[in-house]
Parts: sequence; structure tokens; C-alpha cells
Amino acid sequence: MGHTQTPEAVLFWVLGPLAVLSALAMLMVKKAVHSAILLAWIMITLAIFYIAQDAAFLGIVQVVVYTGAVMMLFLFILMLVGVESSESLTETIRGLRPIAVVAALGFGGLLVSLIGHATIGRAYVGLVDANAGGNVQALAGLLFSKYVWAFEVVSALLITAALGAMVLAHNHRLIQRPTQRDLATARFRGTSLASAAGLPGPGVYALHNAVDVPALLPDGTPSQASISATLKARGDVIDSRPFQLSAIENEEE
Amino acid sequence: MNPANYLYVSALLFTIGAIGVVVRRNAIVVFMCVELMLNACNLAFVTFARINGNLDGQVVAFFTMVVAACEVVVGLAIIVTIYRSRRSASVDDASLLKR
Repeated sequence: MGHTQTPEAVLFWVLGPLAVLSALAMLMVKKAVHSAILLAWIMITLAIFYIAQDAAFLGIVQVVVYTGAVMMLFLFILMLVGVESSESLTETIRGLRPIAVVAALGFGGLLVSLIGHATIGRAYVGLVDANAGGNVQALAGLLFSKYVWAFEVVSALLITAALGAMVLAHNHRLIQRPTQRDLATARFRGTSLASAAGLPGPGVYALHNAVDVPALLPDGTPSQASISATLKARGDVIDSRPFQLSAIENEEE
Repeated sequence: MNPANYLYVSALLFTIGAIGVVVRRNAIVVFMCVELMLNACNLAFVTFARINGNLDGQVVAFFTMVVAACEVVVGLAIIVTIYRSRRSASVDDASLLKR
């Protein structure tokens, strides 16, 4: 039974628990952006693991493809779909969460025991011989001889995926774009004339001059229509107190 | 340290990803959990390559990365399309498709 060097053990025992903890936190956090950041951290940890295990090429590819391209795409889509889409963590199907956790514990136990069976008593060979001519060269040798057919199929898959994404992302308008005339009609023939002159700007006549403070209407009440829906959904809005006219009058006396 | 410890971490990460796919409701987070499961598999492949002393596992992990990249591109395009018509990225709302 072979054992690795001490520095690698230190690396493993520092980064391994951190990766598992980040994965658990990824399940718990409410905002999708935080999940994405934690996942990026897990992927960097895995890249370090790859490099520690004599897979230098895969480690670099992991950083470039996963933390670079894939997580960037995830964050991009998160921004597009709206940061406000933070889900409620209440369970919609009753009893789903305990069932999921129990099933996962069983599944994890099965995996761990299988791994134990498969690896106990096995001598560990190491990649010193296989990587003798360089990791990248050895991988390229395999990729372009034994796995060349799989390589070609994967290239076809990549092209298909690119085409598929273009077809899916092509913007079909589901409803006709409203013209200026339609907008004007809707503004004046609508149920209320309150928005006929346009919505009030944020922070105007409020106690602070900022975009996250609702404006005060002439009667002193704060107008929720004056702040952006995105800010409202993110919960970044400061409440402005209703303005007390009588308080000022009392002070003057 | 025995290199098999990497396999245990991989199994844990895979299990956590599986819980996330079942429990979370936001389609993008579900998708990220799928990515976590794929990454855990890659770690297992790389570790097995090292234990067995040949590079086939690393080649398979490389292919997994390519397939995962394809999957992310198409999956996110689907999520954006659903979001555009429904204004929601929750996997519960997508069941309304059948009605």
C-alpha cells in the first residue's frame, strides 16, 4: 500500500474539508450568486487537487474551462435572468427535504463502501512512469491514437451544442412590440391617470437624495413607484419616513 | 496519506450535488449542482488514473469537461428561453408546460 508525501497530505486535509464545507454551504445559501461563487471556489480546489495528482494539464484546463468559461457563463446568465430571482427556501413538495437527505445518505454510504472495497489492499502505482515524457505529451499520444474516434465525436458534439445554443437563444417575440402610440394610449386610457405624467424620480423630495430612497409625494407619503423594481427585489431599498408637516410647524412656533 | 481519500471527497461532493439537484428550486442553482456532480466524477477519474498508473482516466476526465461545457451552453440557453416566456427560473413553474 503506497502512501503519498507529507506536503500532499497537508494540502489534502486543508483543502478537502474546505471543498466539502463549501459544497454544503452552496446548498444552504439563499442567493444564486453566492452559490456560484462557492462553486467557483470548489472548482479551484479541484484544480489544485488535479495538479497535486500529476495531472497538470487537467488542472490548467479546469481553471480555464470551469472557473473561467463555465462559471463566467453562469454569472452572466444570473445577471440576465435577474439577481432578484432568489428563491424561497421553503419546500414546495411536503417532506421532500428529509426524504432527499435520507436517500443521499444511503447513496453516499453505498459509494463510500464501494470505493473502500475497490481500493483496499490495492497497491498504488503513481504516474511517474506514465508521465515520464511529460503529462501533456503523454495525454496527446493517447488522445490522438486510442481515443481519436471519441475525440472526433466530441468535436461534432461541440459544434452541435454551439448551433443549438444559437437556435435556442434566437429571440422570437412572443407578443408584438408595443408602439409609441400603444404606450401613449395605455398611459391615458388606463385605469388610473397617476402615471400619465411619468413616474416620480427616486430620492426627489425625500429625506435623502439617492436612487434607493422612495420619493415623497406632495402629501408627504413615500411613493414605492419611484424606485426600480430590481432594487426592490434585492431588498436594497431604504425606507423614507412619511414627512410630518405638523412637526415643522411646531418647531417654528 | 492514501490517495483513496480523494475518492472519498469525490463521493461526498457527488452526494451533496445530488441533494442540491433534488432540493433546490432555482433552475440555475440546480444546474450548478449538476456541474458539481460532474466535477466530483472528474476528481474520481483523475485519482483512479493515479492509483492504476495509466493516463486513460485523465483522458476520460478531459472528455467529461468538454461534454460538460456543451451541456452548460445548451442548458443555460434553455433556461433563458423559459425565463423569457415565463419570467421565472423556478423548476416548479416549468411543470406548467404540460398544461
